[in-house]
Amino acid sequence: MRLLTHNMLSSNIKGVINGFPLRIEAERVVVKQVDFNPDFLKNMFSKIDWKALADASKIMGYAELPDEVPDPSVLDSDEFLRKFHHALLELHLEEGALVCPETGRRFPVNKGIPNMLLHEDEV
Amino acid sequence: MSSRPELQAPPEIFYDDVEARKYTSSSRIVGIQAELSERALELLALPDDGIPRLLLDIGCGSGLSGETISENGHQWIGLDISRSMLDIALERETDGDLILGDMGQGLGIRPGLIDGAISISAVQWLCNADKSCHEPRLRLKAFFGSLYRCLGRGARAVFQLYPENNAQRELILSFAMRAGFAGGVVIDYPHSSKKRKEYLVLTCGPPSMSTATPSAKGEDAGSCSDDESSGDEENQTAQATKEAKANKKGKTRAWVLKKKEQMRSKGNVVPPDSKYTARKRKAHF
Ligand SMILES: C[S@@+](CC[C@H](N)C(=O)[O-])C[C@H]1O[C@@H](n2cnc3c(N)ncnc32)[C@H](O)[C@@H]1O
Repeated sequence: MRLLTHNMLSSNIKGVINGFPLRIEAERVVVKQVDFNPDFLKNMFSKIDWKALADASKIMGYAELPDEVPDPSVLDSDEFLRKFHHALLELHLEEGALVCPETGRRFPVNKGIPNMLLHEDEV
Repeated sequence: MSSRPELQAPPEIFYDDVEARKYTSSSRIVGIQAELSERALELLALPDDGIPRLLLDIGCGSGLSGETISENGHQWIGLDISRSMLDIALERETDGDLILGDMGQGLGIRPGLIDGAISISAVQWLCNADKSCHEPRLRLKAFFGSLYRCLGRGARAVFQLYPENNAQRELILSFAMRAGFAGGVVIDYPHSSKKRKEYLVLTCGPPSMSTATPSAKGEDAGSCSDDESSGDEENQTAQATKEAKANKKGKTRAWVLKKKEQMRSKGNVVPPDSKYTARKRKAHF
């Protein structure tokens, strides 16, 4: 699972008000190269919760993103876009868990696939 | 026994390791799912500006529908309830991210961000009560409500589905409308029992010109019965598939070359063009 997906996911447990961002427990992170596409990144930039992305990439071992939300003018910088690209699309959480920030419920991640199935009493 | 898989077992049981592999290694199924996905993407009517969009594939299975999304240059996140199907998707090294989840429990996705959703041959599963705690109406409500919330305004969702009967179609449609979607059903080749395919085309937001239901294919087949025209149909299908393929390949490569050229003109380092540029990735088994 890439951080793009982590940035979209939120805990769906009944009664949870703010299930985002899911805390990452990283046991194994892998890097997979993907084609660089500035248009996609520019289009995604405004949709990304920056703090969640910067924090998550740090936990995944990549500390190159600024902590504060960058000014959109950085989208003209190739250097910035490459870092954004790497954090968003190339870091994969392979083994570990996503943890609901409100209830502490763990959603295990195996072979890169988070198990978001809820128990009966969580629906 | 019924030939409808939906009536045989819950999806996570029906699509076990054996069935998941059987499903994905049938070239007939692979071909059909690719064609359905291509049509669903067409009905999704994304802006034709070359910018990759972020899409959901609901009931993504082993990634056959997702592969069509990737070939069209978009990013996707797939959700499925069958771990066996998702494991095959991993084997095939599909490009999208995969989530093990039940659409009937609602999608846990932040609001307003997703550019579009497709779902190929999956949503009819929601109409069954597979567990004592399952109430199809509640599950349809949770699903469509959460889908509506996570899509951007004006975004579309296209579902190719196999309703068991009229009542089921009405049920699904009514819950989509209640969630706030506008739209309706598009039936391609309504006069052919073999080629007839049904799509629910939904738009997020109040009805407007852009929410009008798109027109179907092959509606004016007149009085031709299936048997009379079946030879012809095979031909047409083959022809359509061929065109779709050529079109897909050409578009993607041309698009990539254009993008690379743009990047070069901006002074970026771009790999030289070769016969591998924008080559379709082979499926892995
Ligand atoms: C016929 S397969 C289609 C798979 C893929 N879309 C394709 O075109 O090849 C239907 C899929 O829907 C999935 N499905 C059924 N009910 C589901 C649910 N409640 N939540 C998520 N996926 C579900 C099944 O596990 C199965 O993989």
